[in-house]
Amino acid sequence: MSARAARRQIASQVFVVVCGMATLIALFALGLILYSLLKQGIGGLNLAVFTQDTPGPDSAGGLRNAIVGSIMMCGVGMLIALGVGILAGTWLAEIGGDTPYGHAVRFLNDVLLSAPSILVGLFVYQILVFPGPLSLGTYSGWAGAVALAILATPIVTRTTEDILNLQPNALREAGMALGGSQFITIRRIIWKAAGAGLLTGGLLGFSRISGETAPLLFTSLNNNYLDFNMGHFMGSVPVVMYNFALSPYESWNKLAWAGALLVAAAVLAVNIIGRWMAREQTK
Amino acid sequence: MSTDTTSADFKSVIVPPPADSLVLECRKLDFYYGTHQALFGVDLPVKRNAITALIGPSGCGKSTLLRTINRIYDLYPGQRAEGEILLDGENILGPKVDVTSLRARVGMVFQKPTPFPMSIYDNVAYGVRLHQSKSKAEMDELVETSLRRAALWDEVKDKLNKSGLGLSGGQQQRLCVARGIAVNPEVLLLDEPASALDPVSTAKLEDTLEELKRDYTIVIVTHNLQQAARLSDYTGFMFLGKMIEFGPTEEVFVKPKVAKTGEYIGGRFG
Repeated sequence: MSARAARRQIASQVFVVVCGMATLIALFALGLILYSLLKQGIGGLNLAVFTQDTPGPDSAGGLRNAIVGSIMMCGVGMLIALGVGILAGTWLAEIGGDTPYGHAVRFLNDVLLSAPSILVGLFVYQILVFPGPLSLGTYSGWAGAVALAILATPIVTRTTEDILNLQPNALREAGMALGGSQFITIRRIIWKAAGAGLLTGGLLGFSRISGETAPLLFTSLNNNYLDFNMGHFMGSVPVVMYNFALSPYESWNKLAWAGALLVAAAVLAVNIIGRWMAREQTK
Repeated sequence: MSTDTTSADFKSVIVPPPADSLVLECRKLDFYYGTHQALFGVDLPVKRNAITALIGPSGCGKSTLLRTINRIYDLYPGQRAEGEILLDGENILGPKVDVTSLRARVGMVFQKPTPFPMSIYDNVAYGVRLHQSKSKAEMDELVETSLRRAALWDEVKDKLNKSGLGLSGGQQQRLCVARGIAVNPEVLLLDEPASALDPVSTAKLEDTLEELKRDYTIVIVTHNLQQAARLSDYTGFMFLGKMIEFGPTEEVFVKPKVAKTGEYIGGRFG
Protein backbone atom coordinates (compact mmCIF):
# COMPACT_ATOMS: atom_id res chain seq x y z
CA MET A 1 0.00 0.00 0.00
CA SER A 2 1.37 3.41 -0.92
CA ALA A 3 1.95 6.06 1.70
CA ARG A 4 -0.93 8.13 0.38
CA ALA A 5 -3.39 5.24 0.57
CA ALA A 6 -2.26 4.48 4.10
CA ARG A 7 -2.75 8.10 5.08
CA ARG A 8 -6.26 8.05 3.65
CA GLN A 9 -7.05 4.85 5.50
CA ILE A 10 -5.98 6.40 8.78
CA ALA A 11 -7.85 9.65 8.15
CA SER A 12 -10.96 7.68 7.25
CA GLN A 13 -10.79 5.64 10.43
CA VAL A 14 -10.19 8.71 12.60
CA PHE A 15 -13.28 10.37 11.16
CA VAL A 16 -15.40 7.26 11.60
CA VAL A 17 -14.39 7.13 15.28
CA VAL A 18 -15.08 10.84 15.78
CA CYS A 19 -18.49 10.57 14.10
CA GLY A 20 -19.32 7.51 16.17
CA MET A 21 -18.39 9.28 19.38
CA ALA A 22 -20.44 12.36 18.52
CA THR A 23 -23.42 10.09 17.84
CA LEU A 24 -22.90 8.32 21.15
CA ILE A 25 -22.80 11.60 23.06
CA ALA A 26 -26.05 12.74 21.44
CA LEU A 27 -27.72 9.39 22.09
CA PHE A 28 -26.47 9.38 25.67
CA ALA A 29 -28.01 12.80 26.34
CA LEU A 30 -31.25 11.70 24.71
CA GLY A 31 -31.24 8.50 26.75
CA LEU A 32 -30.73 10.45 29.98
CA ILE A 33 -33.63 12.76 29.16
CA LEU A 34 -35.94 9.88 28.31
CA TYR A 35 -34.83 7.97 31.39
CA SER A 36 -35.54 10.78 33.84
CA LEU A 37 -38.75 11.59 32.00
CA LEU A 38 -39.97 8.01 32.33
CA LYS A 39 -38.74 7.61 35.89
CA GLN A 40 -40.37 10.79 37.16
CA GLY A 41 -43.36 10.84 34.82
CA ILE A 42 -44.66 7.29 35.13
CA GLY A 43 -45.26 7.75 38.86
CA GLY A 44 -47.53 10.71 38.24
CA LEU A 45 -49.51 9.03 35.45
CA ASN A 46 -52.91 7.66 36.39
CA LEU A 47 -56.48 7.84 35.18
CA ALA A 48 -57.10 11.04 37.13
CA VAL A 49 -54.57 12.85 34.90
CA PHE A 50 -57.06 12.49 32.04
CA THR A 51 -60.33 12.81 33.94
CA GLN A 52 -59.72 15.61 36.44
CA ASP A 53 -58.79 19.24 36.03
CA THR A 54 -55.71 20.90 37.47
CA PRO A 55 -55.91 20.90 41.28
CA GLY A 56 -55.45 23.66 43.82
CA PRO A 57 -52.23 23.84 45.83
CA ASP A 58 -51.20 20.64 47.53
CA SER A 59 -54.24 18.63 46.48
CA ALA A 60 -54.91 15.84 43.97
CA GLY A 61 -56.13 16.35 40.43
CA GLY A 62 -55.28 15.87 36.78
CA LEU A 63 -54.43 17.67 33.54
CA ARG A 64 -57.69 17.26 31.61
CA ASN A 65 -58.25 20.98 31.01
CA ALA A 66 -54.65 21.47 29.92
CA ILE A 67 -54.65 18.42 27.62
CA VAL A 68 -57.86 19.56 25.91
CA GLY A 69 -56.51 23.10 25.58
CA SER A 70 -53.22 21.90 24.11
CA ILE A 71 -54.96 19.64 21.59
CA MET A 72 -57.32 22.40 20.49
CA MET A 73 -54.69 25.12 20.20
CA CYS A 74 -52.12 22.86 18.52
CA GLY A 75 -54.83 21.55 16.19
CA VAL A 76 -56.03 24.98 15.09
CA GLY A 77 -52.43 26.25 14.96
CA MET A 78 -51.38 23.35 12.71
CA LEU A 79 -54.40 23.84 10.42
CA ILE A 80 -53.38 27.47 9.88
CA ALA A 81 -49.70 26.55 9.54
CA LEU A 82 -50.35 23.75 7.03
CA GLY A 83 -52.66 25.93 4.94
CA VAL A 84 -50.36 28.94 4.79
CA GLY A 85 -47.10 26.97 4.83
CA ILE A 86 -47.90 24.50 2.06
CA LEU A 87 -49.29 27.22 -0.19
CA ALA A 88 -46.34 29.54 0.48
CA GLY A 89 -43.79 26.74 0.03
CA THR A 90 -45.46 25.66 -3.19
CA TRP A 91 -45.43 29.22 -4.49
CA LEU A 92 -41.72 29.53 -3.68
CA ALA A 93 -40.82 26.22 -5.32
CA GLU A 94 -43.10 26.25 -8.35
CA ILE A 95 -44.03 29.79 -9.25
CA GLY A 96 -42.41 32.90 -7.82
CA GLY A 97 -39.28 31.67 -6.02
CA ASP A 98 -36.90 33.32 -8.48
CA THR A 99 -38.45 36.79 -8.43
CA PRO A 100 -37.17 39.54 -6.12
CA TYR A 101 -40.39 39.20 -4.15
CA GLY A 102 -39.76 35.45 -3.88
CA HIS A 103 -36.24 36.04 -2.55
CA ALA A 104 -37.65 38.47 0.02
CA VAL A 105 -40.31 35.98 1.12
CA ARG A 106 -37.73 33.20 1.48
CA PHE A 107 -35.40 35.45 3.49
CA LEU A 108 -38.15 36.61 5.84
CA ASN A 109 -39.33 33.03 6.27
CA ASP A 110 -35.81 32.03 7.30
CA VAL A 111 -35.72 34.88 9.79
CA LEU A 112 -39.06 33.78 11.21
CA LEU A 113 -37.76 30.22 11.38
CA SER A 114 -35.25 31.23 14.02
CA ALA A 115 -37.26 33.96 15.74
CA PRO A 116 -37.38 33.52 19.53
CA SER A 117 -40.77 32.12 20.44
CA ILE A 118 -41.23 34.61 23.25
CA LEU A 119 -41.09 37.44 20.70
CA VAL A 120 -43.81 35.76 18.68
CA GLY A 121 -45.90 35.48 21.85
CA LEU A 122 -45.33 39.15 22.63
CA PHE A 123 -46.28 40.11 19.06
CA VAL A 124 -49.54 38.19 19.17
CA TYR A 125 -50.25 39.62 22.62
CA GLN A 126 -49.81 43.12 21.24
CA ILE A 127 -52.07 42.46 18.25
CA LEU A 128 -54.78 40.16 19.56
CA VAL A 129 -54.84 40.58 23.35
CA PHE A 130 -53.80 44.13 24.20
CA PRO A 131 -56.61 46.59 23.41
CA GLY A 132 -56.34 47.70 19.80
CA PRO A 133 -58.16 47.52 16.44
CA LEU A 134 -57.71 43.72 15.98
CA SER A 135 -57.81 42.81 19.64
CA LEU A 136 -60.08 40.03 20.84
CA GLY A 137 -60.19 41.90 24.15
CA THR A 138 -58.89 39.08 26.32
CA TYR A 139 -56.39 36.28 26.61
CA SER A 140 -57.86 33.48 24.52
CA GLY A 141 -57.33 30.09 22.93
CA TRP A 142 -57.50 31.78 19.52
CA ALA A 143 -54.58 34.04 20.36
CA GLY A 144 -52.62 31.00 21.57
CA ALA A 145 -53.40 29.09 18.37
CA VAL A 146 -52.28 32.03 16.22
CA ALA A 147 -49.00 32.29 18.15
CA LEU A 148 -48.36 28.57 17.66
CA ALA A 149 -49.29 28.85 13.97
CA ILE A 150 -46.74 31.63 13.48
CA LEU A 151 -44.07 29.34 14.92
CA ALA A 152 -45.02 26.31 12.82
CA THR A 153 -45.68 28.07 9.50
CA PRO A 154 -42.04 28.84 8.56
CA ILE A 155 -41.10 25.21 9.24
CA VAL A 156 -43.87 23.92 6.99
CA THR A 157 -43.04 26.52 4.31
CA ARG A 158 -39.36 25.62 4.31
CA THR A 159 -39.89 21.86 4.21
CA THR A 160 -42.54 22.18 1.50
CA GLU A 161 -40.23 24.24 -0.72
CA ASP A 162 -37.29 21.87 -0.19
CA ILE A 163 -39.37 18.76 -0.86
CA LEU A 164 -41.01 20.17 -3.99
CA ASN A 165 -37.61 21.20 -5.34
CA LEU A 166 -36.59 17.55 -5.10
CA GLN A 167 -39.36 16.46 -7.45
CA PRO A 168 -37.96 15.87 -10.94
CA ASN A 169 -38.81 18.43 -13.60
CA ALA A 170 -39.67 15.54 -15.90
CA LEU A 171 -42.69 14.83 -13.70
CA ARG A 172 -43.94 18.41 -14.07
CA GLU A 173 -43.38 18.28 -17.82
CA ALA A 174 -45.12 14.92 -18.09
CA GLY A 175 -48.14 16.29 -16.24
CA MET A 176 -48.30 19.38 -18.41
CA ALA A 177 -47.61 17.40 -21.59
CA LEU A 178 -50.93 15.63 -21.12
CA GLY A 179 -52.67 18.97 -21.24
CA GLY A 180 -53.06 19.69 -17.55
CA SER A 181 -52.74 23.24 -16.23
CA GLN A 182 -49.92 24.08 -13.84
CA PHE A 183 -52.37 24.19 -10.94
CA ILE A 184 -53.80 20.74 -11.67
CA THR A 185 -50.33 19.28 -12.21
CA ILE A 186 -49.12 20.61 -8.87
CA ARG A 187 -52.24 19.55 -7.01
CA ARG A 188 -52.74 16.09 -8.45
CA ILE A 189 -49.19 14.97 -9.25
CA ILE A 190 -46.49 17.02 -7.55
CA TRP A 191 -48.14 17.24 -4.12
CA LYS A 192 -48.92 13.56 -4.31
CA ALA A 193 -45.36 12.64 -5.24
CA ALA A 194 -44.14 14.81 -2.38
CA GLY A 195 -46.78 13.57 0.08
CA ALA A 196 -44.43 11.92 2.56
CA GLY A 197 -42.19 14.99 2.59
CA LEU A 198 -45.10 17.38 3.12
CA LEU A 199 -46.22 15.21 6.02
CA THR A 200 -42.71 15.41 7.47
CA GLY A 201 -42.97 19.20 7.37
CA GLY A 202 -46.24 19.02 9.27
CA LEU A 203 -44.75 16.66 11.84
CA LEU A 204 -41.72 18.90 12.35
CA GLY A 205 -44.02 21.86 12.84
CA PHE A 206 -46.18 19.97 15.31
CA SER A 207 -43.16 18.71 17.24
CA ARG A 208 -41.88 22.26 17.49
CA ILE A 209 -45.06 23.80 18.88
CA SER A 210 -46.35 20.97 21.07
CA GLY A 211 -43.98 21.87 23.90
CA GLU A 212 -43.94 25.66 23.45
CA THR A 213 -44.62 27.60 26.64
CA ALA A 214 -43.37 31.12 26.02
CA PRO A 215 -45.80 32.12 23.24
CA LEU A 216 -48.77 30.82 25.26
CA LEU A 217 -47.91 32.68 28.47
CA PHE A 218 -49.02 35.99 26.93
CA THR A 219 -51.76 34.73 24.70
CA SER A 220 -53.88 31.92 26.11
CA LEU A 221 -52.59 32.41 29.66
CA ASN A 222 -54.05 29.50 31.61
CA ASN A 223 -57.38 28.15 32.78
CA ASN A 224 -57.90 25.83 35.73
CA TYR A 225 -61.26 24.59 34.42
CA LEU A 226 -62.20 22.55 31.39
CA ASP A 227 -63.36 24.97 28.69
CA PHE A 228 -63.93 24.19 25.01
CA ASN A 229 -64.50 27.82 24.09
CA MET A 230 -61.41 29.12 22.36
CA GLY A 231 -62.56 32.67 22.97
CA HIS A 232 -61.76 32.21 26.67
CA PHE A 233 -58.53 31.80 28.61
CA MET A 234 -57.21 28.35 27.83
CA GLY A 235 -55.03 25.93 29.75
CA SER A 236 -52.21 24.07 28.06
CA VAL A 237 -49.86 21.30 29.16
CA PRO A 238 -46.60 23.28 28.73
CA VAL A 239 -47.87 26.28 30.72
CA VAL A 240 -49.18 24.01 33.49
CA MET A 241 -45.82 22.23 33.49
CA TYR A 242 -44.05 25.58 33.80
CA ASN A 243 -46.22 26.69 36.71
CA PHE A 244 -46.30 23.36 38.53
CA ALA A 245 -42.64 22.44 38.12
CA LEU A 246 -41.61 25.70 39.82
CA SER A 247 -44.05 25.23 42.70
CA PRO A 248 -43.10 23.86 46.13
CA TYR A 249 -45.98 21.33 46.17
CA GLU A 250 -45.11 17.70 45.52
CA SER A 251 -48.46 16.85 43.88
CA TRP A 252 -47.97 19.70 41.38
CA ASN A 253 -44.41 18.61 40.67
CA LYS A 254 -45.63 15.10 39.95
CA LEU A 255 -48.28 16.42 37.54
CA ALA A 256 -45.65 18.53 35.77
CA TRP A 257 -43.55 15.41 35.13
CA ALA A 258 -46.61 13.51 33.96
CA GLY A 259 -47.36 16.38 31.58
CA ALA A 260 -43.80 16.30 30.24
CA LEU A 261 -44.09 12.58 29.61
CA LEU A 262 -47.44 13.10 27.86
CA VAL A 263 -46.04 15.75 25.51
CA ALA A 264 -43.06 13.55 24.63
CA ALA A 265 -45.33 10.55 24.09
CA ALA A 266 -47.72 12.58 21.93
CA VAL A 267 -44.89 13.82 19.68
CA LEU A 268 -43.56 10.27 19.37
CA ALA A 269 -47.01 8.83 18.63
CA VAL A 270 -47.84 11.47 16.02
CA ASN A 271 -44.49 10.89 14.31
CA ILE A 272 -44.93 7.12 14.22
CA ILE A 273 -48.48 7.35 12.91
CA GLY A 274 -47.40 9.91 10.32
CA ARG A 275 -44.53 7.76 9.02
CA TRP A 276 -46.77 4.72 8.92
CA MET A 277 -49.41 6.61 6.94
CA ALA A 278 -46.78 7.86 4.50
CA ARG A 279 -45.52 4.33 3.96
CA GLU A 280 -49.02 2.94 3.45
CA GLN A 281 -49.71 5.63 0.89
CA THR A 282 -46.74 4.77 -1.29
CA LYS A 283 -47.51 1.05 -1.30
CA MET B 1 -12.39 16.13 -42.46
CA SER B 2 -12.53 18.42 -39.48
CA THR B 3 -15.77 18.69 -37.54
CA ASP B 4 -14.95 22.25 -36.45
CA THR B 5 -17.46 23.66 -38.84
CA THR B 6 -20.50 25.82 -38.36
CA SER B 7 -23.97 24.99 -39.53
CA ALA B 8 -23.72 27.83 -42.03
CA ASP B 9 -21.36 25.61 -44.03
CA PHE B 10 -24.15 23.18 -44.85
CA LYS B 11 -26.94 23.53 -47.29
CA SER B 12 -29.86 21.46 -46.16
CA VAL B 13 -31.46 18.94 -48.46
CA ILE B 14 -35.10 18.20 -47.72
CA VAL B 15 -37.03 15.51 -49.58
CA PRO B 16 -40.51 15.97 -48.13
CA PRO B 17 -43.33 13.41 -48.17
CA PRO B 18 -46.26 14.19 -50.49
CA ALA B 19 -47.78 17.52 -49.42
CA ASP B 20 -51.28 16.11 -48.87
CA SER B 21 -49.98 13.47 -46.45
CA LEU B 22 -48.54 15.97 -43.97
CA VAL B 23 -50.10 16.39 -40.55
CA LEU B 24 -47.41 18.59 -39.07
CA GLU B 25 -44.86 20.91 -40.57
CA CYS B 26 -42.14 23.06 -39.03
CA ARG B 27 -41.08 25.94 -41.25
CA LYS B 28 -38.01 28.11 -40.75
CA LEU B 29 -38.03 27.38 -37.04
CA ASP B 30 -35.60 29.28 -34.82
CA PHE B 31 -35.34 28.52 -31.12
CA TYR B 32 -33.66 30.47 -28.35
CA TYR B 33 -32.65 29.57 -24.81
CA GLY B 34 -32.47 33.15 -23.61
CA THR B 35 -29.89 34.72 -25.90
CA HIS B 36 -28.43 31.39 -27.04
CA GLN B 37 -29.84 30.26 -30.37
CA ALA B 38 -30.31 26.48 -30.55
CA LEU B 39 -32.26 26.00 -33.78
CA PHE B 40 -31.56 27.76 -37.07
CA GLY B 41 -34.33 27.84 -39.66
CA VAL B 42 -35.31 24.20 -39.22
CA ASP B 43 -37.78 22.63 -41.64
CA LEU B 44 -39.49 19.40 -40.65
CA PRO B 45 -42.35 17.88 -42.64
CA VAL B 46 -44.13 15.08 -40.73
CA LYS B 47 -46.18 12.48 -42.57
CA ARG B 48 -49.45 11.20 -41.15
CA ASN B 49 -49.48 7.65 -39.74
CA ALA B 50 -45.76 7.23 -40.18
CA ILE B 51 -42.74 7.24 -37.93
CA THR B 52 -40.36 10.14 -38.35
CA ALA B 53 -36.98 9.77 -36.69
CA LEU B 54 -34.65 12.60 -35.70
CA ILE B 55 -30.97 11.69 -35.48
CA GLY B 56 -27.79 13.63 -34.90
CA PRO B 57 -24.98 14.06 -32.40
CA SER B 58 -25.62 15.26 -28.84
CA GLY B 59 -26.54 18.90 -28.58
CA CYS B 60 -27.63 19.19 -32.22
CA GLY B 61 -31.14 20.33 -31.27
CA LYS B 62 -33.18 17.14 -31.77
CA SER B 63 -34.83 17.30 -28.36
CA THR B 64 -35.22 21.05 -28.60
CA LEU B 65 -37.08 20.62 -31.86
CA LEU B 66 -39.33 17.99 -30.30
CA ARG B 67 -40.05 20.20 -27.32
CA THR B 68 -41.30 23.03 -29.50
CA ILE B 69 -43.93 20.84 -31.14
CA ASN B 70 -46.09 20.61 -27.98
CA ARG B 71 -44.77 23.92 -26.62
CA ILE B 72 -43.56 22.28 -23.43
CA TYR B 73 -40.76 24.89 -23.50
CA ASP B 74 -43.43 27.41 -22.47
CA LEU B 75 -42.89 26.28 -18.87
CA TYR B 76 -39.53 28.01 -18.84
CA PRO B 77 -39.38 31.78 -19.10
CA GLY B 78 -36.73 32.95 -21.54
CA GLN B 79 -37.18 30.11 -23.99
CA ARG B 80 -38.87 31.10 -27.23
CA ALA B 81 -39.49 29.85 -30.73
CA GLU B 82 -39.80 31.84 -33.94
CA GLY B 83 -41.09 30.63 -37.28
CA GLU B 84 -44.05 28.41 -37.96
CA ILE B 85 -45.24 25.01 -36.81
CA LEU B 86 -48.36 24.04 -38.70
CA LEU B 87 -50.57 21.36 -37.17
CA ASP B 88 -53.42 20.62 -39.58
CA GLY B 89 -52.65 23.95 -41.20
CA GLU B 90 -52.87 26.01 -38.01
CA ASN B 91 -49.77 27.73 -36.65
CA ILE B 92 -49.41 26.45 -33.09
CA LEU B 93 -46.81 29.08 -32.21
CA GLY B 94 -49.50 31.76 -32.59
CA PRO B 95 -50.47 33.79 -29.52
CA LYS B 96 -54.09 32.65 -29.51
CA VAL B 97 -53.34 28.93 -29.33
CA ASP B 98 -54.71 27.16 -26.26
CA VAL B 99 -51.67 25.20 -25.07
CA THR B 100 -53.63 22.75 -22.94
CA SER B 101 -55.75 21.54 -25.84
CA LEU B 102 -52.66 21.58 -28.08
CA ARG B 103 -50.95 19.22 -25.66
CA ALA B 104 -53.94 16.92 -25.73
CA ARG B 105 -53.44 16.73 -29.51
CA VAL B 106 -49.68 16.31 -29.33
CA GLY B 107 -48.62 13.75 -26.73
CA MET B 108 -45.11 13.27 -25.41
CA VAL B 109 -43.07 10.45 -23.88
CA PHE B 110 -39.87 11.42 -22.14
CA GLN B 111 -36.37 10.00 -21.96
CA LYS B 112 -36.75 8.71 -18.42
CA PRO B 113 -39.97 6.94 -17.50
CA THR B 114 -42.19 9.37 -15.58
CA PRO B 115 -45.02 7.34 -14.02
CA PHE B 116 -47.26 9.44 -11.79
CA PRO B 117 -47.43 8.52 -8.09
CA MET B 118 -50.77 6.75 -8.44
CA SER B 119 -52.19 3.41 -9.54
CA ILE B 120 -51.53 1.97 -12.98
CA TYR B 121 -55.19 2.50 -13.83
CA ASP B 122 -55.15 6.12 -12.69
CA ASN B 123 -51.93 6.78 -14.60
CA VAL B 124 -53.69 5.91 -17.83
CA ALA B 125 -56.96 7.59 -16.86
CA TYR B 126 -55.27 10.78 -15.66
CA GLY B 127 -54.97 12.55 -19.00
CA VAL B 128 -58.41 11.44 -20.16
CA ARG B 129 -60.04 12.82 -17.02
CA LEU B 130 -58.46 16.21 -17.73
CA HIS B 131 -60.28 16.56 -21.00
CA GLN B 132 -63.50 14.55 -20.87
CA SER B 133 -65.80 12.85 -18.40
CA LYS B 134 -66.47 9.19 -18.99
CA SER B 135 -68.53 6.56 -17.24
CA LYS B 136 -66.72 3.91 -15.22
CA ALA B 137 -67.37 1.29 -17.91
CA GLU B 138 -66.14 3.53 -20.74
CA MET B 139 -63.04 4.41 -18.76
CA ASP B 140 -62.34 0.75 -17.94
CA GLU B 141 -62.52 -0.04 -21.62
CA LEU B 142 -60.31 2.87 -22.64
CA VAL B 143 -57.70 1.97 -20.02
CA GLU B 144 -57.66 -1.62 -21.26
CA THR B 145 -57.37 -0.66 -24.94
CA SER B 146 -54.60 1.81 -24.22
CA LEU B 147 -52.64 -0.71 -22.17
CA ARG B 148 -53.16 -3.39 -24.83
CA ARG B 149 -51.90 -1.06 -27.54
CA ALA B 150 -48.85 -0.28 -25.46
CA ALA B 151 -48.31 -4.06 -25.12
CA LEU B 152 -48.51 -3.84 -21.35
CA TRP B 153 -51.97 -5.21 -20.61
CA ASP B 154 -51.00 -8.84 -20.05
CA GLU B 155 -48.32 -7.85 -17.58
CA VAL B 156 -50.45 -5.54 -15.45
CA LYS B 157 -54.08 -6.66 -15.84
CA ASP B 158 -54.06 -8.26 -12.38
CA LYS B 159 -52.56 -5.29 -10.59
CA LEU B 160 -54.24 -2.24 -12.08
CA ASN B 161 -54.74 -0.80 -8.60
CA LYS B 162 -51.08 -1.14 -7.65
CA SER B 163 -48.81 1.89 -7.88
CA GLY B 164 -47.25 2.58 -11.27
CA LEU B 165 -43.97 3.21 -9.47
CA GLY B 166 -43.66 -0.51 -8.74
CA LEU B 167 -43.21 -1.48 -12.40
CA SER B 168 -39.86 -2.11 -14.05
CA GLY B 169 -38.27 0.64 -16.13
CA GLY B 170 -39.43 -0.86 -19.43
CA GLN B 171 -42.94 -1.38 -18.12
CA GLN B 172 -43.01 2.17 -16.78
CA GLN B 173 -42.03 3.52 -20.19
CA ARG B 174 -44.77 1.52 -21.90
CA LEU B 175 -47.16 2.80 -19.21
CA CYS B 176 -46.16 6.32 -20.27
CA VAL B 177 -46.89 5.39 -23.88
CA ALA B 178 -50.30 4.01 -22.84
CA ARG B 179 -50.97 7.19 -20.89
CA GLY B 180 -50.01 9.26 -23.92
CA ILE B 181 -52.23 7.42 -26.40
CA ALA B 182 -55.21 7.23 -24.02
CA VAL B 183 -56.01 10.87 -24.78
CA ASN B 184 -55.95 9.93 -28.47
CA PRO B 185 -53.43 12.49 -29.73
CA GLU B 186 -52.84 13.16 -33.41
CA VAL B 187 -49.09 13.18 -32.95
CA LEU B 188 -47.00 11.33 -30.38
CA LEU B 189 -43.54 12.72 -29.61
CA LEU B 190 -40.93 10.40 -28.12
CA ASP B 191 -37.67 11.78 -26.75
CA GLU B 192 -35.13 8.94 -26.71
CA PRO B 193 -37.73 6.67 -25.11
CA ALA B 194 -35.46 3.62 -25.07
CA SER B 195 -32.26 5.19 -23.78
CA ALA B 196 -32.92 4.07 -20.20
CA LEU B 197 -34.16 0.59 -21.17
CA ASP B 198 -32.50 -2.80 -21.56
CA PRO B 199 -32.47 -4.50 -25.01
CA VAL B 200 -35.51 -6.70 -24.34
CA SER B 201 -37.63 -3.78 -23.15
CA THR B 202 -36.37 -1.73 -26.09
CA ALA B 203 -37.48 -4.42 -28.55
CA LYS B 204 -40.92 -4.52 -26.93
CA LEU B 205 -41.21 -0.75 -27.09
CA GLU B 206 -40.22 -0.77 -30.77
CA ASP B 207 -42.86 -3.41 -31.53
CA THR B 208 -45.37 -1.19 -29.78
CA LEU B 209 -44.43 1.80 -31.91
CA GLU B 210 -44.71 -0.26 -35.12
CA GLU B 211 -48.24 -1.16 -34.09
CA LEU B 212 -49.14 2.37 -33.12
CA LYS B 213 -48.19 4.01 -36.39
CA ARG B 214 -51.32 2.61 -37.99
CA ASP B 215 -53.36 5.03 -35.90
CA TYR B 216 -50.94 7.70 -34.81
CA THR B 217 -48.25 9.90 -36.22
CA ILE B 218 -45.00 9.39 -34.36
CA VAL B 219 -41.92 11.58 -34.12
CA ILE B 220 -39.03 9.94 -32.29
CA VAL B 221 -35.66 11.33 -31.24
CA THR B 222 -33.04 8.64 -30.98
CA HIS B 223 -29.32 8.22 -30.50
CA ASN B 224 -29.55 4.70 -31.78
CA LEU B 225 -29.06 4.68 -35.55
CA GLN B 226 -30.15 1.05 -35.93
CA GLN B 227 -33.35 1.95 -34.15
CA ALA B 228 -33.98 4.84 -36.53
CA ALA B 229 -33.25 2.62 -39.53
CA ARG B 230 -35.45 -0.23 -38.29
CA LEU B 231 -38.41 1.82 -37.18
CA SER B 232 -38.82 4.95 -39.16
CA ASP B 233 -40.29 5.83 -42.52
CA TYR B 234 -38.65 9.23 -42.68
CA THR B 235 -35.45 10.42 -41.06
CA GLY B 236 -34.11 13.88 -40.35
CA PHE B 237 -30.40 14.35 -39.65
CA MET B 238 -29.63 17.38 -37.54
CA PHE B 239 -26.30 19.02 -36.84
CA LEU B 240 -25.46 22.19 -34.93
CA GLY B 241 -29.07 23.29 -34.75
CA LYS B 242 -29.81 22.82 -38.43
CA MET B 243 -31.77 20.23 -40.34
CA ILE B 244 -29.02 18.95 -42.62
CA GLU B 245 -30.89 16.29 -44.47
CA PHE B 246 -34.43 15.00 -44.43
CA GLY B 247 -35.96 12.28 -46.54
CA PRO B 248 -37.23 8.70 -46.69
CA THR B 249 -35.22 6.65 -44.19
CA GLU B 250 -33.80 4.30 -46.81
CA GLU B 251 -32.44 7.11 -48.91
CA VAL B 252 -30.94 8.94 -45.95
CA PHE B 253 -29.23 5.81 -44.71
CA VAL B 254 -28.23 4.17 -47.99
CA LYS B 255 -27.38 7.09 -50.25
CA PRO B 256 -27.34 10.33 -48.26
CA LYS B 257 -27.24 13.46 -50.38
CA VAL B 258 -25.12 15.47 -47.94
CA ALA B 259 -21.60 14.31 -47.11
CA LYS B 260 -22.02 15.16 -43.43
CA THR B 261 -24.98 12.77 -43.11
CA GLY B 262 -22.90 9.95 -44.53
CA GLU B 263 -20.07 10.70 -42.14
CA TYR B 264 -22.41 10.60 -39.13
CA ILE B 265 -24.14 7.41 -40.21
CA GLY B 266 -20.82 5.85 -41.07
CA GLY B 267 -19.69 6.52 -37.51
CA ARG B 268 -16.94 8.97 -38.39
CA PHE B 269 -18.13 11.45 -35.75
CA GLY B 270 -20.97 11.83 -33.26
